[in-house]
Amino acid sequence: MFWNLPYIAVVILSVIGLATILLKRNLIKIFFGVSILTSAVNLFIIALGYREGGIAPIYTYAVSENMVMATPQALTLTSIVIGVATTALMLSFAVVIYRMYGTVNVDEIRELKE
Amino acid sequence: MVSATSLTSGFGIWDPVLWVLAIIIGLVIAWILWSSGVSAFKKGTEQARPYLSGNAEPPKGEVHIRAGNLYWGFTEGIKGYYQRIVPLHTGIMTDYLLWMFWVAGILLIIVMVV
Amino acid sequence: MIPGYITTNAPALLIAVPLLGAFLSPLIGRISRDTRALWVLAVMTLTTLIGYLTAFLVYTEGTLIYVFGASEASLAIPPDSGGIPIRIIFTLDAMSALMVTIAVTVGFAVILYSLTSDARRSGLEAYYTIFLLMIGAVLGMVSTGDLFNFFVFLEISSLASAGLVAYKVENGRAVEAGLKYLLVSTIGGIFFLFAIGILYGQYNALNMAMLADMIQWTPLDKLALVLVVAALAAKCGAVPMHFWTPDAYSMAPSAVTAMLVVASQASLYGLFRICFTLYGITLNYVTIGWVIIILGILSMIIGVTMAIPQKDIKRLMAYHAVSQTGYMLLGVGVGLAVLGDQALLNSYGMTAMEGGIFHIFNHAMYKGLLFLTAGAIIYQVGTSDLNRMGGLGHRMKWTMIFFIIGALAIAGIPPFNGFASKFLIYESVFAFSPILSVIAMVVSILTLASFVKVFHSVFMGPPLPGNEQVREAPHTMLIGMTILAAIVIISGIFPEFFVQNLITPAAHALTDQAGYISAVLGGA
Repeated sequence: MFWNLPYIAVVILSVIGLATILLKRNLIKIFFGVSILTSAVNLFIIALGYREGGIAPIYTYAVSENMVMATPQALTLTSIVIGVATTALMLSFAVVIYRMYGTVNVDEIRELKE
Repeated sequence: MVSATSLTSGFGIWDPVLWVLAIIIGLVIAWILWSSGVSAFKKGTEQARPYLSGNAEPPKGEVHIRAGNLYWGFTEGIKGYYQRIVPLHTGIMTDYLLWMFWVAGILLIIVMVV
Repeated sequence: MIPGYITTNAPALLIAVPLLGAFLSPLIGRISRDTRALWVLAVMTLTTLIGYLTAFLVYTEGTLIYVFGASEASLAIPPDSGGIPIRIIFTLDAMSALMVTIAVTVGFAVILYSLTSDARRSGLEAYYTIFLLMIGAVLGMVSTGDLFNFFVFLEISSLASAGLVAYKVENGRAVEAGLKYLLVSTIGGIFFLFAIGILYGQYNALNMAMLADMIQWTPLDKLALVLVVAALAAKCGAVPMHFWTPDAYSMAPSAVTAMLVVASQASLYGLFRICFTLYGITLNYVTIGWVIIILGILSMIIGVTMAIPQKDIKRLMAYHAVSQTGYMLLGVGVGLAVLGDQALLNSYGMTAMEGGIFHIFNHAMYKGLLFLTAGAIIYQVGTSDLNRMGGLGHRMKWTMIFFIIGALAIAGIPPFNGFASKFLIYESVFAFSPILSVIAMVVSILTLASFVKVFHSVFMGPPLPGNEQVREAPHTMLIGMTILAAIVIISGIFPEFFVQNLITPAAHALTDQAGYISAVLGGA
């Protein structure tokens, strides 16, 4: 049970993220939701990568049976970088939209429709 | 006849080269018929002017039927359909995401149950 | 004639050249605008040549493997890894080669077009960087054999595309469209990453061939498939997740829109790749096939009916892009629905898939052409509102001819290429389920109807007052359109040549899961 804690946290974070995206009307808060959702996925992958008693494969003379492949860590690192780029781009879009429309309420950002 | 240029679907064949040849022959016949006619058309005379039941011709800009007026009958005829479909395109970005979650949810139910 | 180190490293160069060119272009752009234009054109030409070379190698020599960082490019499994392919791998089979061909052809045409059409804008140093980045990302998506690598390229293409969509600003409307596209893509990306995590947690592999070898169809696999299908269907603009498509397509610069079509199709490729190669026969192919067919039918009907009342030329065409994506989903979906039944697959399943895949090729060409003509019209008239256009046929004769070619091709009128692929779809889908075929034909008629509307309101009629200064589009724009128009005509008149040499191998590559696995894992 205890070792499922990270996965329970993933579910809770995902629900918080989804709820924030769908229920909040402020663009910036929606971006929070997206970030929380990204964090949930990152936590999920990092939790998958944990092996009890494993050794990081960075020592040449380590005991080779207990080495853990660092793929999940590499994936998470990449995903974090992508997340940063996405958040930055979304925030910069929000800046332009606020300047042009004078609002960050998603219900009013709908010049393009139908 | 199956030639090198024809496309077979397993049920039928489609040969664009023959089709183009047929069109060209048709055009040649049409041109022969047309050129054997009598030319009574004179440019720059009363013949070249449009005849609108004896009314004066309106300015050129007003003769053109603009895009917004085309297919009015079609959209009017299936108004019930358009009244349901068009408002779905709300232009609100959280609605776009909500649709994605709906589709994922429904798909999950379908895939898990069937 | 071609040095050996180029042919061996062609898959790597395919990504390296546009990426390197992208990040050098701001630097080179500091010299002068013309130097930058020349540089971008040179990079794109080189990419195109490498793309054709790669595709040629794949079609002549079979599936191409390129492992990054290995002592030998074809060494998929390192000898000391215990049978696990750990390195990033590019696996190019015939389907990937077809997508590479499409991407470089359209990419070359739009870059050529864009050098003139966007020359008047500011911020060009970033524009071409992002554009080349987007082309590189699309090429990466279609050639990678690693699930996580696919995700990375998917995200690069989303970020680059969103930046390009928002590039014109247009009082904030373009930025709004870019933000919508980015949000949908990001959520799609998160779905995809979740699916990767689920698969990795079960099978300890990211390599598609390795995963395909081990995949089971457990409940977790089902969840992963659902997430992937939802994410990639949203990215390729299938109804009911198509709402971003008209917004993004109509607000992007026209050259970008033509490339966005290809980017969407790269997502479509990912969808097919994962359904066919990764899951293959293990998934419940009838259910998933029908899911894809239903998405396709909905896309066709709703796309075309929403297109008819549109008043913005690019928005109208964008809804048609949704509708045409439906044909591809329909054709390949029928192939998926009969995947496990070899008799039915031989009888009509393969033909349906060939039709769907040929439609991907054709759609990229004629839709690109149509968006480029729309761009030329907007460039000259200064508005995208159909109500304010009229009588342009008097002055823009070449644009009009190209528009007619594109419009007839999209409506499936012989002898253009749209008919050839729709012919394959109609005949084979009729054998599967006649009603679907009838729907496809009705949608084609409605497509023709709405393009008659565009043709009439843009080109026909007397020259309108206010359009006196309109003249023909500049030559480089016309050359870009000519390339695509020539392909539309040639592939329409000699469809069998294209189907036999490009499409059939691609369709077989998709269905041949064992071939894909053994190409990477060496018959293990």
